[in-house]
Amino acid sequence: MSDMNTAMVEKYRSNFLKEVEANVEEGQWVKMCMQCGVCSGSCPLGPYWAHPPQEIFMMIRAGKREEVLSSDSMWMCTSCYNCIVRCPRELPITHIMHGLATYAKKLGLVPKNQPTAQFSQIFWDNMMKKGRVNELKLGLSLYFKDGFGQGIKNALANQKLGMNMMKAKRMSAAEFFGGHGVKDVAGLQKMIKKAEEIEAAKLEANK
Amino acid sequence: MTEVVATNETILVVGGGISGMTAALEAAETGKQVVLVEKRPYLGGRVSQLYKYFPKLCHPTCGLEINQRRAKMNPNLTILTMAEVTGLEGEAGNYTATVKLSPRYVNDNCTACGECAKAVEAEFDNEYDYGMSKRKGAYLPHVMAHPMQYVLDPRIIGTDDAQKAKDACKYDAIDLDMEEREIKFPCGAVVWATGWQPYDAAKIQPYGYDRYENVITNVEFERMADPKGPTGGKIVRPSDGKEAKNVAFIQCAGSRDRNHLFHCSRICCMASLKQTHYVTEAYEDAQVTIYYIDIRAIDRFEDFYQKVKAKDNVTFTKSKVANIITDKDGNPICRGVDTEGYNRYENTHDLVVLATGMEPSVTKADFPVDIVINREGFIEPDPANGAVFAAGVASDALDVNRAVQNATGAALKAIQVVNRVAGAEG
Repeated sequence: MSDMNTAMVEKYRSNFLKEVEANVEEGQWVKMCMQCGVCSGSCPLGPYWAHPPQEIFMMIRAGKREEVLSSDSMWMCTSCYNCIVRCPRELPITHIMHGLATYAKKLGLVPKNQPTAQFSQIFWDNMMKKGRVNELKLGLSLYFKDGFGQGIKNALANQKLGMNMMKAKRMSAAEFFGGHGVKDVAGLQKMIKKAEEIEAAKLEANK
Repeated sequence: MTEVVATNETILVVGGGISGMTAALEAAETGKQVVLVEKRPYLGGRVSQLYKYFPKLCHPTCGLEINQRRAKMNPNLTILTMAEVTGLEGEAGNYTATVKLSPRYVNDNCTACGECAKAVEAEFDNEYDYGMSKRKGAYLPHVMAHPMQYVLDPRIIGTDDAQKAKDACKYDAIDLDMEEREIKFPCGAVVWATGWQPYDAAKIQPYGYDRYENVITNVEFERMADPKGPTGGKIVRPSDGKEAKNVAFIQCAGSRDRNHLFHCSRICCMASLKQTHYVTEAYEDAQVTIYYIDIRAIDRFEDFYQKVKAKDNVTFTKSKVANIITDKDGNPICRGVDTEGYNRYENTHDLVVLATGMEPSVTKADFPVDIVINREGFIEPDPANGAVFAAGVASDALDVNRAVQNATGAALKAIQVVNRVAGAEG
């Protein structure tokens, strides 16, 4: 358990809703949920999550901190926005889900080997190198995330897709050597670093 | 009949539904001169289309009859049907109203014998049954219409049907030369009682009102339950006429939804509880499911709710249905997740009734006069409105009981203004 997590448990001991409101992006909306259930019923992935959004919101209010932050539910959101479009109270449900995921990550509570969380990290690291996503390297890192043998298997299974992407100029073998990027990569990295510092300071101040 | 004698001590009432009738009668019975303007060919508005009232489950025709009798007996009341207020100029105590009178093509000689309707062949959707039945091009809007006179649909004018109707009339009551007219008259205060219309259910895309025959609205269901209605009081499925024994009600269809209506329409919970009685009384093996966010049965309505809840064959599911699909037999299937256990459900029903909410029947842009409207589209009480006072559902979503109380209050406001005018002119 991270120090930040321990500190947050201490501070918000009995009020998880307050913790979410203070630290989770769009978290202040959670209390507006009227438990109608339209989001859960409208979610195309609904049957596959541990807790649909409506339940997550009620769990937040009920103080079920551990269950919420370590659940895989918010990681299962595909950002289809069906829930946001239909919510009678216009809660930005998709954004709250991503906010919860981000917060759980900052506290080190992401469930182990959660594939979406792993992919997000790979995507982020890939993008941060050049300021652009290197499709070839992204694909390869994803294939090989579970070891070399599995990587070869994955690559072979998706061979046709890869070839078609190359044909359609969506991906280039040349990307393997460096690859394309933004003009001022150092500038971008500096900017993101500053943003991360601001975010971290905000969290620190809320401790 | 269309010569209106009025002064700036006259009260103009716009809308002849239950609220407008109430305001007009209350004011007229205090001795004030009142002109009541109604767009439809008859008084009574949407209340006349109800089968039963909640919570007593008595028939609205009873109260309407009393009101119609009061209207007939009162010499202070002038009623203009098929009339619309198109302009209102001036200020409190001194307005000039412009009213457009559409031709009825039938004069006061009409005895409602019905010979014209027999002669006419053309048929149109019956607005009284929300288009669920047909009526002739010459028609009596409903059996208790006031005034009790037939109407010729303007769409048959110029066709052979019009002449057939005229030839069939033994009382010289049909006048095909009637034309639209505009009249102006003074008034001192205005009671605005233009009421409501059901929210357009087709806009609630996931419920498929426009795609599925067996998904209907609560106002349509109300007509269906009425023995004078399109199915003769039989609760059946529109798609195949099969008995609808397993009926679902979906509450807050449009209401309390920022994508549709901001407000709670206040009547739909009680309307669905009332309509549950229609189903359980029609079929011994009925099954009713009410999908709800929360049941808003206030004050004495709580008893009514508890009694419905106690019925074995009524299920309350705390959940707003996410979407409706249908199976190959046209059975609507309600899908969603309930709030009591977060269970995912897919329930098949014979018929789904959407408890659609009320929206004001006049939109902001269509008011012929400057008036303060709130976010929900209802008229706000505001000094800027001068002597224009909202009554009934023009002011807020109300049930009949509260609309009538509200209209009586509006009548009093209007009386105070014309009394001031009378005092000044003394």
